[in-house]
Amino acid sequence: MVMTVVLFAISSLAILQGMSAFLVERLQEGVDVSAYFRDSVSEEEIFKVRQQLLDLEEVKEVEYISKEEALRRFIETYRDKDAILAPLDALGRNPMLAHLNLKARNPAEYAQIADFLAGEAFASAIASIDFHDRAPVIERLFLITAGIRAGVVAISIALSAVAVLVAFNTIRLTIYNSKEEIEIMRLVGASSWFIRGPFLVQGALVGVAASALALLLLFVLSLAVRAQFQSFTEFDIFSFLISQFFMLLLLCLAVGIGLGVFSSAIAARRYLRV
Amino acid sequence: MISYRNVTKIYPDQSVALRNVSFDIKKGEFVSLVGKSGAGKTTLLKLLLAEERPTEGEVLFDDLLVHQLSPSSLPVLRRNIGMVFQDYKLLNSKTAYENVAYVMEVMGLEEDTIARDVREVLEIVGLGERAHHYPFQLSGGEKQRVAIARALIHRPNCIVADEPTGNLDPYHTRDIIRLLLKINELGTTVILATHNKEIVNRIGRRVLTLVEGQLVRDEEEGKFIVV
Repeated sequence: MVMTVVLFAISSLAILQGMSAFLVERLQEGVDVSAYFRDSVSEEEIFKVRQQLLDLEEVKEVEYISKEEALRRFIETYRDKDAILAPLDALGRNPMLAHLNLKARNPAEYAQIADFLAGEAFASAIASIDFHDRAPVIERLFLITAGIRAGVVAISIALSAVAVLVAFNTIRLTIYNSKEEIEIMRLVGASSWFIRGPFLVQGALVGVAASALALLLLFVLSLAVRAQFQSFTEFDIFSFLISQFFMLLLLCLAVGIGLGVFSSAIAARRYLRV
Repeated sequence: MISYRNVTKIYPDQSVALRNVSFDIKKGEFVSLVGKSGAGKTTLLKLLLAEERPTEGEVLFDDLLVHQLSPSSLPVLRRNIGMVFQDYKLLNSKTAYENVAYVMEVMGLEEDTIARDVREVLEIVGLGERAHHYPFQLSGGEKQRVAIARALIHRPNCIVADEPTGNLDPYHTRDIIRLLLKINELGTTVILATHNKEIVNRIGRRVLTLVEGQLVRDEEEGKFIVV
């Protein structure tokens, strides 16, 4: 039982890792710096700025959105919301500004890029800079994930110790109950490994059973919370588990069998006078 | 083949089980070890199997100092000595066949060899028909015959029987002793520890008499003499 909980916690760590990677990727995917150009700035001038930006090492890509494209996207986004679109008709012209959307190679570099755009050189061309600094959000996410991971690792280590103790005691009891049989085995010339072998196999089987139980529990729980999780973080926990099934199975089996055999080996060494 | 040289055994509670015991047993001998309960017979046999260590002196089996063997060499020694106990010491979860086969399994022998030899030895002890019975389905005499079959199966150089007839009626006792004599005739050394006067006198072979841990008599064709 305790071993099942240990394996469950360790598998949860893998899920946490997957989820944090997913969220960070999602955050990084968004447009992070947009530079809006004044109406008076020609397309050629915007392309020159674009080229200058592309020459920067920190910039990964720059997308040019013309006035027309910006209007089209705006209408597309709010096509069902007349209250928002009606003033556009009343205005009788395209109020959108041509702009460049930038993506940085590293989220930490967005501030630098924003500073570069806010400089003297572009003051006459750029009307405004829309800068969503996601670096602190990502950093916080990393911090939270690292915190949770450290907590789960600590709990896993503590539970592993308990699991080793429980398995150790179970094997000790089995050895005690088989005392007479073990004595007979010794007297007919069975080697220590021949006598210890079955106990080690028993430990390994406990590990296999605990792995199966932990994975089953994980899948059932992930199915139960799948919808809530997805609506909250867009992370499909069940699909993630399916895609990582073999990795999780291997992880559980390795840890489960390792802990089982380790505890049996200690118990056999301590209590099996061979 | 077997030598006890000035062997003394004092247990941690200071009880003296053996005092300065010395004797040799030659290959192919049949030796009866007699004495009252607590005279030191079982301790003497435990020293041979390295279940106990002598406080003083040494025990040799085929020129090997038994108590100086490493733990990994002990199984090899024990495979050279077949043991028969008063309480049979059979594995209750195994059938007669499996109990006998177990010894060959620990030696890592092939399945075919095991099947052939186990059937053969169970026939010798007269249990061919009872091979697949569990110990609880067998009588005391039958259990002891399984134990003898198990002691015989790996063709040891020596068989040590510690009170093998202690729990048996006179009919089964006679069968078991006959079996041990037959085994001895085939060249195996037999050491029989017993306090059954009638058996010892009827066998008429070498007798070692222990009294309070001391060897007081060693006679060829000896008799059980109550001391």
